[in-house]
Amino acid sequence: MSKTMEPDLHEPSAGISRQGSSRNEWKHPSDHWLRGFVLDNRASLGTLAVFIVMMAVFMIANPTVFTTWYLYSAVLTTLPVALFVVVPLVFVVTCGEIDLSFPATMGFASWVFALVVQAGYDPFLGIAAALVTGTLLGFLVGSLVVYGGLSSLIATLGMNFLLRGLIQIINEGRSTSLTSLADSWAYRIFSSQIWGIPVQIFWAIAFVVFSAMLYNRHRFGAQVRVVGDNPDSAQQMGIDVKRVRVKVFVFVGIGAAIAGTFSVMINFTWWPTAGDGYLLPVLASVFVGGTPTWGGIGTVAGGAIGAVTVSFIQTGVVAAGLSGFYVQFFNGLIIILSLLGHKWNQARYR
Amino acid sequence: MAERLIELRDIAKSYGHVYALGGVNLSVDRGEVVGLIGDNGAGKSTLIKILSGVVKPTSGEILIRGKPVTGWNAARSREAGIETVFQDRALAVQQTIVRNIFMGRELTGFLGWLKVSKEIDEASRLMREIGFTSKVFTPHSIVGQLSGGERQGVAIARAIYKQAELIVLDEPTTALSLTETAKVFHFVRQVRASGRSILFIGHNIHHVFDIADRFVVLDRGKVALTSDRSEVKSAEDLINFMEDVAHPGGLAGLHDTGDAEQRAR
Repeated sequence: MSKTMEPDLHEPSAGISRQGSSRNEWKHPSDHWLRGFVLDNRASLGTLAVFIVMMAVFMIANPTVFTTWYLYSAVLTTLPVALFVVVPLVFVVTCGEIDLSFPATMGFASWVFALVVQAGYDPFLGIAAALVTGTLLGFLVGSLVVYGGLSSLIATLGMNFLLRGLIQIINEGRSTSLTSLADSWAYRIFSSQIWGIPVQIFWAIAFVVFSAMLYNRHRFGAQVRVVGDNPDSAQQMGIDVKRVRVKVFVFVGIGAAIAGTFSVMINFTWWPTAGDGYLLPVLASVFVGGTPTWGGIGTVAGGAIGAVTVSFIQTGVVAAGLSGFYVQFFNGLIIILSLLGHKWNQARYR
Repeated sequence: MAERLIELRDIAKSYGHVYALGGVNLSVDRGEVVGLIGDNGAGKSTLIKILSGVVKPTSGEILIRGKPVTGWNAARSREAGIETVFQDRALAVQQTIVRNIFMGRELTGFLGWLKVSKEIDEASRLMREIGFTSKVFTPHSIVGQLSGGERQGVAIARAIYKQAELIVLDEPTTALSLTETAKVFHFVRQVRASGRSILFIGHNIHHVFDIADRFVVLDRGKVALTSDRSEVKSAEDLINFMEDVAHPGGLAGLHDTGDAEQRAR
């Protein structure tokens, strides 16, 4: 027996006994809490840096416009709508999937909201109906992808066309005006202003904070990350991978329903195209925010900052005195620069 | 006689027309270390996946403490006290050590919120217990930044959590250095001393011979030999036997040790 080739299996090796006796405690690689914080949040901090640099450039270009409150108030009115879908999409992308059906879900759920309000019921009931609709549509899309074994990229794109097509067929392009909303308690609570600040931004921030907790400190977030990282391992460790995947699509459905309802409450009108314009800016926000495309990791806070960045590009370019034709160019520039930044900034593995 | 922890009866598994397992019987008693040996393609991995509930058998019966089980899956297997360290270690490499150790059984409190500090304390304790501690990594370290042996440590720490009764080690020393292999064996002895059962899978017969109380040789989806340690004189005997099974009549075989009926199947 070639014992010389084998490790000595009978005696614990010297290395182990030494480690055992010297009370080898865990130690954080950094002595300073700040370094640990930066390492743990490198993606979202990178996004924040991009945002700050961009705003600095805008301010230098046109200091008078960028110090007026009106500009920020305008952004803060529409930004919440995007935030309610960007955040759930971070979960979907982390899970290794994508959902392109959220614009139609926004349109569909807000349509249900509009119908309920138009029929004379309380807007709170409309919100509840919209949430149920969003949940069901999310479940439908998720089940189609997960249990049908379809590519989420193509299947959700198909669902987006399908649902939007249904809205168009039934409404034939007609919009719904909801002037009665202005007197309702729902409007006061969700869409008015406090001290000149649009109140929906507070709801959106609460949603972002809750979702960040869900992502980092809840079983759901933990399982979403593990499933996106290594679905086979998750399966071997007893996680119901399919169920987790369906849940993230349901989460997007709920987020889209809230977003759609908020957009109707801002405009007092529901259009059959409600939600359509959000597809590309919202997707861009997720990736500008530092969530990579391959799944397993992501950042809710980064996604939210990404949404702020993307919102300010549009407003900022025009306010800085450039013509509207520059908007798309700057959109592209920010996206590309952010991706390069995140590529350079990400953790490296063996 | 020691209590029978788990018994697989006449387990068969086929993928289409290809038989991976053709009626395998395998049992593990409490406190016993069983060495499962077999060549590549003998069906070891399939058997392990059935035991851990990842793969469903085509036919056959699984008994836990003498009782047949129904609806066997990965979660049920873990509930029954079976922990598996898979060959590929089943780690999510972009996640922290803590998230990997508690993968699929997160420590949660109210409404599913994680008990973060408790998870960290438990992870630290587990890693210390098996000697895989270091000044350069913490429970928050990303598994993808660890070496192969350290990753094996994470997988083993995960397996010993919750006082599992049977620990299945699927080729735990593959691709490890000599010192890391020695560490793994040190750990296996600690687990055996604590009275837990181990099913040790390997194709390095010397490793298995050193550690097991009983050997099961698998060949092309069937049990070719089961033998107590007392019946086998040396690892060479086992090697000769396996060569005999692989090339019948070609090489001098092990003298039959009363398992003729097993071999005949």
